[in-house]
Amino acid sequence: MSLIKQHKFLETNVFLLILGIFITVAVGGLVEIVPLFSIGSTIENVRGVRPYTPLELAGRDIYVREGCYNCHSQMIRPFRDEIERYGHYSLAAESKFDHPFQWGSKRTGPDLARVGGKYSNEWHVRHLIDPRSVVPESIMPGYAHLAARPLDYDTIAAHMKTLDVVGRGEMYTPVDGAIENAVADLEAQATPDADTSALVARYSDFAYGDDRAEDEATTMALGDLDGNPDVITEMDAMVAYLQVLGTMVDFTAVDDTRKAEWIR
Amino acid sequence: MADHPERDEITGRYTTGHEWDGIKELNTPLPKWWVWVFYVCIAWSVVYSVVYPSWPAMAGFFGGVAGWNARSDLAADLDAAREARSEWLTQIAAKDVSEVLEDDTLRRYAMRGGEVLFKENCAPCHQTGGAGARGYPTLADDEWLWGGTPDAILTTIRYGIRDQDNDETRFSEMTAFGEWELLTPEQIEAVASFVFALSNGEAPEEGEGYDIFVQQCSACHSAVPGTADGEGNQMLGGPPLNNRIFLYGGTQEDIASQVFKPTHGVMPPWENRLSDEEIKQLAVYVHSLGGGE
Repeated sequence: MSLIKQHKFLETNVFLLILGIFITVAVGGLVEIVPLFSIGSTIENVRGVRPYTPLELAGRDIYVREGCYNCHSQMIRPFRDEIERYGHYSLAAESKFDHPFQWGSKRTGPDLARVGGKYSNEWHVRHLIDPRSVVPESIMPGYAHLAARPLDYDTIAAHMKTLDVVGRGEMYTPVDGAIENAVADLEAQATPDADTSALVARYSDFAYGDDRAEDEATTMALGDLDGNPDVITEMDAMVAYLQVLGTMVDFTAVDDTRKAEWIR
Repeated sequence: MADHPERDEITGRYTTGHEWDGIKELNTPLPKWWVWVFYVCIAWSVVYSVVYPSWPAMAGFFGGVAGWNARSDLAADLDAAREARSEWLTQIAAKDVSEVLEDDTLRRYAMRGGEVLFKENCAPCHQTGGAGARGYPTLADDEWLWGGTPDAILTTIRYGIRDQDNDETRFSEMTAFGEWELLTPEQIEAVASFVFALSNGEAPEEGEGYDIFVQQCSACHSAVPGTADGEGNQMLGGPPLNNRIFLYGGTQEDIASQVFKPTHGVMPPWENRLSDEEIKQLAVYVHSLGGGE
């Protein structure tokens, strides 16, 4: 009599059945969980990648709130057609400060992983207010209310702190003074002619680490982004976020040896 | 459990041996072909996991004996595409845009490529066919803010206009005559009225507006500074004002508002986003749209 025929014995004994189910589920769970123990060693560290500034982070929240991800993905896949249209394929590291990530596969609109720097700030504002005023064939809804609503950033520091906790202290803790100066940084980024040196230095230091060159600075949209210098609106935050997407890694500076590292 | 399952008398098939209140269950095994497909799939998964990247490891992963991965696959794809186009692209890379324009084969190749690139990258602002919109210059006419020669177009595409981070970017900034209180509202009104008349070919050759124009505006907006010809100056990015082409509207109110506090357009630089050959193809296409110099 083969072992498999003994299942009647297992099925009619409650304690053994519970034990059997537990062992089965445990094996399935371990196969998924154990590899995560070594996740620290599998994350690529790519030069230039940094957490979002407070203004960009506020913009990202609006992006999520408005459901932009329902139509726009943020992941350029490693295929020739995608690369010729959108640019270098997305690296996992470029999403490492996204919580939750915005990859997606639903593309009613174009992919936005590298939309930063592709259009002017003014274009983004006009396009968000009335998409068909610049792209006649667009089916995107208008988001004119963003320009009318002042940005509520009272809780931005707490929000960053929360993300830092979720990110096991590896998100904003390593950016010197990011949480303490969150409100000042946010206002500096969105105010025309403001002193942004502390903000830029803070995030550049993180992005380029110890081998940061003297004049090396991380790119971010600065100043009055929505054409209304008097008040920081949700539109300012949204444009700041869109303009940083995909701009952190300088792919022109990547030499062939570094590429070989990515192509394992 | 019976060692030999009982055979059902009516159907002639074996039962499973289960019985509920006298009701017995017939044993209906899965079809043999289905079972075999299942076994083959299991065997296939084992072979696949050996050949292709599969099992996670403490650091990294098992890459498979075939050495395949999506990135090297892509690199091969891109190399093949580059190889297929290299006949034309190497020539385009080696030549100036004006030389490409003279070579009929290359020009036609660049036109097709430029058209595709224009649709994806330029049309959102400059509109299909370079028709332009308020704030986004029309590329299908013969008025150029920064020059319409092949090389001037190439420079504009490569480095952009008024980009915050690009050192080579084209830059000009018109004085905010009203906001900085350099002209009184009455003076602005007078000069706006003069420019409006100039744009209609009815400019007077004297008067307050004329004097202000010659003094304040002619350095950038006239071919000969100190005159009121209004021909513009491409070196400084000063648009001509002696015609009806206006970027921010051509009514007297639009002109006055631009004198009071000018709006400045921004164009992103493309040198890091597009390859040199792609930028040259775009320059050929834009040059062809209507008014290349």
